[in-house]
Amino acid sequence: MKQAPDTEAKIVVNPDGSGINFDGVKFVMNPYDEYAVEQAIQLKEKFGGEAIVVTLGPKRVVEAMRTALAMGMDKGVHIDDPALENADASATANVLAAALKEIGADIILGGKQAIDYDQSQVMAYVAELLDMPQVSNISLMEMAEDGKSAKVSRRIEGGAEVYEVSLPAVMSCEKGLNEPRYASLPGIMKAKKKEIKELDLASSGVGADDAKNKIDIKNFMSPPERQAGKVIEGEPEETSAELAKLLREEAKVI
Amino acid sequence: MSEGILVFAEQREGKMRKSALEGLNIAAQLSGDIGGSVNAAVIGKEVSSLADKLGKCGAAKVYVAEGDALEVYSPEGYAKALEAIIKQADPAVVLAGYTGMGRDLMPRVAAKVGAGLLSDCTDLKAEGGKVVAKRPVYSGKAYIESTIPESIQMISIRPNTFPPVDEGGGSAEVVNVDASVDMSVIRAVVKEIEKTVSSRPELTEADIIVSGGRGMKSSDNFNIIEELADVLGAAVGASRAAVDSGYAEQAIQVGQTGKVVNPNLYIACGISGAIQHMAGMRTSKVIVAINKDAEAPIFQVADYGIVDDLFKIVPLLTQEIKKLKAE
Repeated sequence: MKQAPDTEAKIVVNPDGSGINFDGVKFVMNPYDEYAVEQAIQLKEKFGGEAIVVTLGPKRVVEAMRTALAMGMDKGVHIDDPALENADASATANVLAAALKEIGADIILGGKQAIDYDQSQVMAYVAELLDMPQVSNISLMEMAEDGKSAKVSRRIEGGAEVYEVSLPAVMSCEKGLNEPRYASLPGIMKAKKKEIKELDLASSGVGADDAKNKIDIKNFMSPPERQAGKVIEGEPEETSAELAKLLREEAKVI
Repeated sequence: MSEGILVFAEQREGKMRKSALEGLNIAAQLSGDIGGSVNAAVIGKEVSSLADKLGKCGAAKVYVAEGDALEVYSPEGYAKALEAIIKQADPAVVLAGYTGMGRDLMPRVAAKVGAGLLSDCTDLKAEGGKVVAKRPVYSGKAYIESTIPESIQMISIRPNTFPPVDEGGGSAEVVNVDASVDMSVIRAVVKEIEKTVSSRPELTEADIIVSGGRGMKSSDNFNIIEELADVLGAAVGASRAAVDSGYAEQAIQVGQTGKVVNPNLYIACGISGAIQHMAGMRTSKVIVAINKDAEAPIFQVADYGIVDDLFKIVPLLTQEIKKLKAE
């Protein structure tokens, strides 16, 4: 699970291109991770066991972890280290894989991507590091009655791939998998008492070399501004005809 | 010494996907600065026949990994095969499309070969023998330029961003790679591919998209969007508001928590233009907005706007375009 700026947040690039100005930006649980948390809780409710939320990030991410705990996760593992402040996907996956190995989960769920860097890499990367099968972007999961395998489906261009996957496995979750619940008031109260284990780089079990970034960010830029164009005025018969003509003759797109 | 560019030429059912030709195009542009040759990788069952086309599209060598277990895509099988190809070809740069397959496969391979990976890139240039990749972050609310200084540079490119390469007269040397993939290494097995029956193009590959928003008021009303789309040969999209209201399926949602699209023409009908929707379509080359609310933010990014009732305009526009097409 990860924390990311709210989808409605405005993202402002520092004038010198060194990064993003997060002043006043609201951070929430990464929306795709909500599906992962919900799925984990549903699996726990059906098959028993323990649902653990693992997060890497600065102190503020504890808030999102408490939300997951309030929804029904049992406990948390929080990895925080100044050396990981700008961890890329490779470094993040290595740190998470080390922590997850320690936990020894049967099923590892996460969002299909974080809506900050949108790389969509960490889950597949973790699967390889832990030598587990992966299915990404799942929008349907049916667990076998014995809990040892699952039928999952993921959307691809023009359809869906239906997988049968043996556990343990890594899966990343897509919108539509389930309807994430809201935390109840008693849930929120209980979450305050649930354990969050704090780890740093050394205690996470990852080698210092593996936690090094492979990607170097040179600079941040604002997207090219779009100018408001022409508003076509008149009666519907006129405006629709004019629009069709402009699309063909001026924009040359039809 | 790692050298040259390897393009992963994605195929399904023996048909090469557009992303392969887009990759070969940008690879040709980069290869002068990167050095070495442009080669391609094909994985599947009985796919060596694609080498001919890849040669004509600029690949000097085509590395082919074939086998029964590679007939259908699986992350584990294809990752092992691509790893074997990379070890043999020893490229400096590996390119793939950021498609359903590419986004699943590339990180697993990056972990195998210890490479850095930049996903969903929208512009690539070469500086000092390295690729500088531009990619959207925060769903296109900002962009970053990045490099992969030390390891193999793995890069996936956003579909529809680079034009596909034109066929020329070249021919490729075929190199067969034994990846030793059998079913025993595949624990996540694709049992079935459910195809969506649709005559319309895939959203992320479409040249034209017609989208409906909350202003559509019902799922039945989407038929006017579909009629306009069919006249244009376009894909149909929807805003989150339309999906959340049950007017459209999540599979066609455009925006930050849906598909990010990049067509030549995006026609937004009854869409107000929430930040998270714009994040998914703002790179469209031409944007048209039809909305009765003149204050809707969508008009700030639209090249052409009509402030009117979409239920009047959309059917009329369909008729007008039919007329134009018939001329």
